[in-house]
Order: sequence, then C-alpha cells, then structure tokens
Amino acid sequence: MQPAFEEIEHTADWALRVRGRNLTDLFRNAAFGMLSLLDIESVPGNSESRSFELKAEDAETLLVSWLEELLYSLEVENAAVVDFQVEVLEEVQLKATIELKKIASIKKEIKAVTFNELDIRAVKSGYETIIVFDV
Amino acid sequence: MVEKKDLIKITDVSWEIPTSYREDMRVPVRIFADETLIEAALGDKSFDQAVNTATLPGLVSPVVVMPDVHQGYGFPIGGVAASRYPDGIISPGAIGYDINCGVRLLASRISFADVRGELPDLASALDANCPSGVGVGGSVRLTTRELEKVCRQGSLWALNNNYARRDDLERTEEQGQIPGAEPSSISSRAKQRGKNQLGTLGAGNHFIEIDVVEEIFHEAAADAMRLAKGLLTVQIHCGSRGFGHQICSDYVREFQSAVKRYGIKLPDRELVCAPLNSPEGKRYKAAMACAANYAFCNRQVLAHHVRRSFEEVLAGRVPDWDLHQVYDIAHNMGKTETHIVDGEKVRVCVHRKGATRAFGPGFEGLPEIYRPFGQPVLVPGSMGTASWVLLGTEESMTRSFGSSCHGAGRVMSRRQAKREIWGQDLRQELEAQGIIIRAGSMPGLAEEAPKAYKDVDAVVDVVVRAGIAAKVARLRPVVVIKG
Repeated sequence: MQPAFEEIEHTADWALRVRGRNLTDLFRNAAFGMLSLLDIESVPGNSESRSFELKAEDAETLLVSWLEELLYSLEVENAAVVDFQVEVLEEVQLKATIELKKIASIKKEIKAVTFNELDIRAVKSGYETIIVFDV
Repeated sequence: MVEKKDLIKITDVSWEIPTSYREDMRVPVRIFADETLIEAALGDKSFDQAVNTATLPGLVSPVVVMPDVHQGYGFPIGGVAASRYPDGIISPGAIGYDINCGVRLLASRISFADVRGELPDLASALDANCPSGVGVGGSVRLTTRELEKVCRQGSLWALNNNYARRDDLERTEEQGQIPGAEPSSISSRAKQRGKNQLGTLGAGNHFIEIDVVEEIFHEAAADAMRLAKGLLTVQIHCGSRGFGHQICSDYVREFQSAVKRYGIKLPDRELVCAPLNSPEGKRYKAAMACAANYAFCNRQVLAHHVRRSFEEVLAGRVPDWDLHQVYDIAHNMGKTETHIVDGEKVRVCVHRKGATRAFGPGFEGLPEIYRPFGQPVLVPGSMGTASWVLLGTEESMTRSFGSSCHGAGRVMSRRQAKREIWGQDLRQELEAQGIIIRAGSMPGLAEEAPKAYKDVDAVVDVVVRAGIAAKVARLRPVVVIKG
C-alpha cells in the first residue's frame, strides 16, 4: 500500500507527495505530513480547541490556506496542533477543529506553503499531489 | 527536463538556453557557470525553473542564472529577471517568502591572534544576546503604530531608537529604506507576526558568523572597507522573518485570481504575477517595500546586539572592540532600476531571488568612499567554508542587470543531508577545524552542513571570470551561531 505521505527529493526546501482516498483524507494527510517535518514537542496538560471554516476558489488554494492556518497558530500563538478534525466540502470549502497545546520545543521552521508543482489530481486510489514547503 | 545538449556554450563560463528550446519562452536564459557547476545544476530542476520564468510577460531579455543556482519553488534560487515598465509584471514568488533576506558585514580592528582565547565567550554572548530559533521572539515589542513606522522607515527607525549609527545607514543598500512602503497594503496577520520578531535571526540557513580576513585581493577597496588580513569580521544573514513570509503568502494566494483577470498563462502557479501598473501589482510592491524595510531594520537591531556582545566580552581586553559596518545587501528583492538594453535606457523591475545587486564603479547610491570601486557584494559560504567580499563591475551592468551571486548554493537535498550527516558529528568535525558552533537544533545543523553546498570558491571564480564581480577579500569562519 502506498504511504499517506512521503518526503521526496528537493535541493533546498521540503517536498511531500501526499495521497488520500478523498479530498478530506488528502487534506488530513497533508497536515500530518507537514507537522511531522517540524519535529514539535508540546507541553503536557489540556489542549484548547479552535474551530474555523475556510473558503477558496479551488482545491489547491484551499489546501494552501488550510496548511497556512496551522503554521500561523504555531508562530503567533506559540501553540502546536496536537489533534485536528477537518472536512472538505465541495472542493472549495472546509470546516475544521484544531486542538492546540503550548510548544515545549520545535526543531524546524517552515516559512511558507507554496503552489510550486501543487496540482491535486484524481488517481485510481483517490487523490494525490506534491506540496513544496519553503524552509 | 533541460539536458546538457539543450545548452549553447558561449564562453567557458556562460551558456544560453535559446527561446527555441520551448515554445512558450519569451526570452532566452543566460547561465553563468563552468562545466562542473553546470553538471551540478542539471541534477535538479534549476534550469527548468529558469525556462518557466522566461515565459513571464513583459520580460527584458535574458533571464539570468548565477553559478550558485539551485532548485527553488517556482523561480530558481540564483535567478534574475527584469520586467519592463509599465507592461511587465511583478511576481511575489519570484522575490520569495523571505523578502529582503540578505547579508550584513561588520569589520573590526580586532586581531584574531589577540582574541583567540576569548572566542568561546564571544560565541556564548552572541548566542545569548541575538535571539534565534523557530518562533523565538525578540527583545523589541512593537505596537501597530511603531511597526508601521518600521515599515516606512526601515533602518532609520533603528537610528531613531538608538540601534544604529548614521554611518550604518550610509553603508546599507538603499540606505536601509526602500521608498513606497505602504502599511495599509499588508494584512493584520502579517502585522501580528511582525510585532515581536524584530531583532531575531530565525532558523534554517540563517546565521551570525565571526570570520577572519584570510586574504586581500584588492588593497584599495579593502582599505576603504577597513578590511585587513588577520582581523575579525562579523556576518549577519537573515531577512524579514514571519512578517515577510506572511506578506508573500498573502499575495501569492491573492494573485492566483489576478493572473486569470489579466489573462496570464503560467507553467507553474507559484510564478503568479500581475502587471506592474495594475492595482494588484502596485499594492504588492508597496507591501514588499514594508517587508524589505523590516528586514533592513531587523539586521540593524541584530548588529546592535552583536556590538553589545563584543563590548561585553572584549571591553578592556583589547584597545578597540568596535564594529564598523562594511555593507548590508539584499538577495531576495524586486527593485525598480534603469538599465541600458540594446543601447536604450529602460526602466525595469529587477527580480533578484538568491542573487545580489552588484552595481559597478560610479554608482551614485554608494557612499562616496566606495564609489570609485563599485558596490560591495557579500557572498557567504557554508559554515566550514570561506565567505567572500566582492565588488560589482561595469560589465555586470550589461551582462546581468547589475547582479551577482549570493552564496555557495545548495547541491544536496535536506532529506539526503539528514540521512548522511549527524549534527553532533558535524559539530565535532567543525570544532576540530577551529570553528566554534552554537546551534539551537542539531538536525537543523546537519541539514546546513558544508557538504550540502557547492564549492563557494568555484562559484566566485565563475562570477569573476564572467566579469560580473571582482575579488576584494576572502574570509574564514571561526564562530558560527545558528538558530
């Protein structure tokens, strides 16, 4: 079985190939993939949850917005996403609830989620795309 | 993918990809590299990204590629593209997320031989006083009003708040203040991210480094820069932090629809752009200037902390512990400049992504003392290797839109570096070479290993042979601080 996400070669930045049975699964795996690159430890204790909805004009832009939302929490709220629920509605809209805990340590930085080579394609097993992160 | 057979060799250090290579190319690609560096660049998608860039509307020929080129995320790192006013475009992704990432060089009268024993203390003081690492805030907390002043004033804000000297500003590209900054063009998220990051280094490939001047190649220019063999210098490499990242992200997303409005077809969505004279293009330019000014100010505040660290450790131990600014230069920026194209003066927006401005002698924007020599070009190495101080040349004005290289350029992926290099081993290896390391993250250190980069001396050799820069001094690292 093919992995939900895998790191692929990129000279300067980080790139992932992400797969999902459907768009919701793809967005979930993209978030797991990105968070795994950051090597974060959160402090013990209760988490705080935050819910939000996002809209975009296409699925790729929605994916970038979703991942950027998670990065924003990291930097501005100094909070790690320890759990989340996401549901993609009709390709261009999603609703999500993220669970946040204060960061104990974080080893890596992602500056941005890029559109480089981003192209969500329907494949036999569902959907697939490459995501390149500027680091 | 572009193959070697697709390149036309012009000289030993310059090559061309003609517009006939791909139907949608509007201008050719000119590459400065020797055979070895060409082979290295053919190992990733650098040249394909340069070809993609050459499809953008309104470009002035050619797209230029530097010898330190490597694959980026749309536009190659080490690329230069000039678009003509008013029908050309401006592309946020072609300037990059770390707007005005750049390098500052400080010189001293401190002899390496006199302070060798103090270097561990200096390293610790720099590490303690210069905030670094992911998500680490600085000592300066800005209100929205003060942040907006930083956006408009850049280094001048630092001068007004006792983080700079007048002389520092004169020796900074654009005097550390790009005109046209407009804080209303940036989002509240960008402002939020910018409020507590002034005076911070960040992580990744950013660093503060103490170097020793190892060799001088141009005595008169080195004198003007106060560089002499055996003396210490300090390099600061960082940019506009989360503030700039957010501004670029906001506009790359917004421009996804702008390209449709203007009927611009692109081979890669990261190359989104808008006409320079469009409302979107003007707003991005005003926002980019805010981030550029923030970055100049950021490096200025860090320079203040570096000076403070030198004073803490060396006051009373050496007769003169002061640090004098040599220059501060951007290597991710879009600049409005006038260039001679086919014998005609043309106003262009020069996108430099992982490339520095390298204007030749006589350029009026330089401090008077540098004007006879040309603009200082700062080319940092890769922790264990040399860094270079170069000069822009007259030829660079006609061959590369007044641009030169910005560093060694990566050749090994982060993934491969993580697999092959262990951070602790690397630190020991570098310390055995006499380089003191302070790093927040060992895996992060491993990804930035010298082995992951090209040979900086070979890169410099190419720009010199190509006539787009001249050598002034070679620096050797002795202390490296990484986030």
